[in-house]
Amino acid sequence: MEIILSLAIGVLGASGIWLVLRPRTFQVIMGLSLLGYAVNLFIFSMGSLSTGAEPIVVPGLPATLLHYTDPLPQALVLTAIVISFAMTALFLVVLLALRGFCDTDHVDGEEERQ
Amino acid sequence: MIDWLHSAMPHLTVVPVLLPMLTAALLLLMGGRRQWKALVNLASGIAGLVVAVALLAWVNDRGAPDAIGIYLPSNWDVPFGIVLAVDRLSALMLVLTGVVSLASVCFATARWDRAGVHYHALLQIQLMGVNGAFLTADVFNLFVFFEVMLAASYGLLLHGSGRARVRAGLHYIAVNLVASSLFLIGVAVLYGITGTLNMADMALKIPLIPAEDRGLLHAGAAILGIAFLVKAAMWPLNFWLTPAYAAASAPVAAILVMLSKVGVYAVLRLWTLLLSTGPTTTAFGGTALVYGGLATLALAAIAMMTTQLPRRLAGFGIIVSSGTLLAVLGFADAPMLGGAMFYMVGSTLAASALFLLGELIERARAVDVAAAIHEDETDHVPFYVDFVESTGPNHEEDEEAQAGQAIPAAMAFLGLSFTVCALVIAGLPPLSGFLGKIAMLTALLDAFPQRAVAGLWSMSGPGWALLSLLIGSSLLATIALSRAGIRYFWAPQDRPTPRLQVIECAPIAALLLVAAALTVRPDPVLRYTQAAAASLMNPAPYIDAVLSAKPVPAPVPAARASADGRAR
Repeated sequence: MEIILSLAIGVLGASGIWLVLRPRTFQVIMGLSLLGYAVNLFIFSMGSLSTGAEPIVVPGLPATLLHYTDPLPQALVLTAIVISFAMTALFLVVLLALRGFCDTDHVDGEEERQ
Repeated sequence: MIDWLHSAMPHLTVVPVLLPMLTAALLLLMGGRRQWKALVNLASGIAGLVVAVALLAWVNDRGAPDAIGIYLPSNWDVPFGIVLAVDRLSALMLVLTGVVSLASVCFATARWDRAGVHYHALLQIQLMGVNGAFLTADVFNLFVFFEVMLAASYGLLLHGSGRARVRAGLHYIAVNLVASSLFLIGVAVLYGITGTLNMADMALKIPLIPAEDRGLLHAGAAILGIAFLVKAAMWPLNFWLTPAYAAASAPVAAILVMLSKVGVYAVLRLWTLLLSTGPTTTAFGGTALVYGGLATLALAAIAMMTTQLPRRLAGFGIIVSSGTLLAVLGFADAPMLGGAMFYMVGSTLAASALFLLGELIERARAVDVAAAIHEDETDHVPFYVDFVESTGPNHEEDEEAQAGQAIPAAMAFLGLSFTVCALVIAGLPPLSGFLGKIAMLTALLDAFPQRAVAGLWSMSGPGWALLSLLIGSSLLATIALSRAGIRYFWAPQDRPTPRLQVIECAPIAALLLVAAALTVRPDPVLRYTQAAAASLMNPAPYIDAVLSAKPVPAPVPAARASADGRAR
């Protein structure tokens, strides 16, 4: 479980960073999205990783992380997802506006000089 | 007055967040009535400033140990719910935000609010984010307010549209989205280690962290720090700032100045609370702040020499101010930090005024907006070309005619305002920039003997670097600003007199009058910033105040609640 999750975070994060550093606006927005996914998974991993556990304390069981999962990272991830989704949508609008103004999808609004 | 304040107090803390939010909602519902919207926005801005001043008066009225107002939104118990806390630093930043935003609104009503649909609503949302970031005592809530502030700033930066703004906006948004990802990673690591998001609670938990987890803690703190330092514009994370701020419309750029201060504030608050001092906490990050701040200061001062456009000069002025603050913060010395805060107040006001002034100056040059932006983009400013063309051979008659010519009032206002801005930003006597620098330098020289005892800065190399850079950056800023002043006000002769509206000049005059008032009566302000710095460097009362706050109906007996607070 830990290995799979860390591999997923690593692959998503690395691809995201590589894409963010690319010169095309579409690559940048894909990179930002992938980075967002990596960060969201990372926040999960900072709570306790447990399969099939609920964030609800059951009477009779001691309220430790051995018996239930931490609810806070889930709340944080939810907030982070909402915010990053809105920001991605906004970035998409700016991307299209730049494309309209400059007739190119280069992040600087002009092609590199050869 | 003060009695009334005490009775209203814990609830007054939430007003700087709620008031802009409700105003923004109202403005969105108002549709297209622009003049009414401007009026509502101005009224809300004035009310917000009054509340901020009331909070400042309350905090200042209380004695040193308990000058912290705590508000529990939704009445949740302390480490679980979100906490708003107002102390000296927060109140000072709230007042500063109020003044700057009011000037921005006032300036925008003349012309700029016609350039887009939702200027007024976006400005109020921006205000809500900035005020919330200054008030919150919860790390994740800080992230949310950062995002509110950034989302509004994206919209504001694009206000007026145009190629240059969209281009600068794209870079600005991309940089800030990456910084937000780093913010989340930092918060997640800190939560994973300490198990809490409340800043005060975190400050208590950090000394208990076993030595083998310290590395993880420091990694998380460093990642979080990078997110803040991008906002605060520390070198080498600041290349986005000047193009973005220079491309923004003037009233927007004036309020964006506060965003850099939010970054500096977040570093100030979290670093002093979590990692600077304390008997068991290992100090971490101070050296990075000192050297990063010094590099920022040096490079921004040199960068000021490369431009003559007022807006770009103001942008580099912001970076100089950030560099000074961060370097001084790294020394973790209360008197120096007090001086730096005094300097910050003056330099923020002056940078805002210079952004507003920059537009009027460009209009005075009878250049239309599109051409000005184009020039800005390439940063190509010819040297005295128009001056050389306009004079030609120097006839005796011409000279006499010029000698009798009166300076038009508008030109005199612009020239005087520019001079005041230049004096404050460069830190020349007699204005507040100079007093702030003197306060910092005095404290720096006083601090040297104690440093040798502490062993931390016994080599005093960074101290000497700061001393020479504070003076050297003044010199470079003076050269850059006086060169621009000569170019805009002295050299031109046949320029048409600009037409200025009172509503555009009033906010500039007000900002500069506040900056000048700091010189006339520096004593109370300096005493206030010194007290603020002293309480930052000794965070125990803040931690106690936050953790001992109790929900209003007190669901558990008071003794047990405080015992719980200690146990947690």
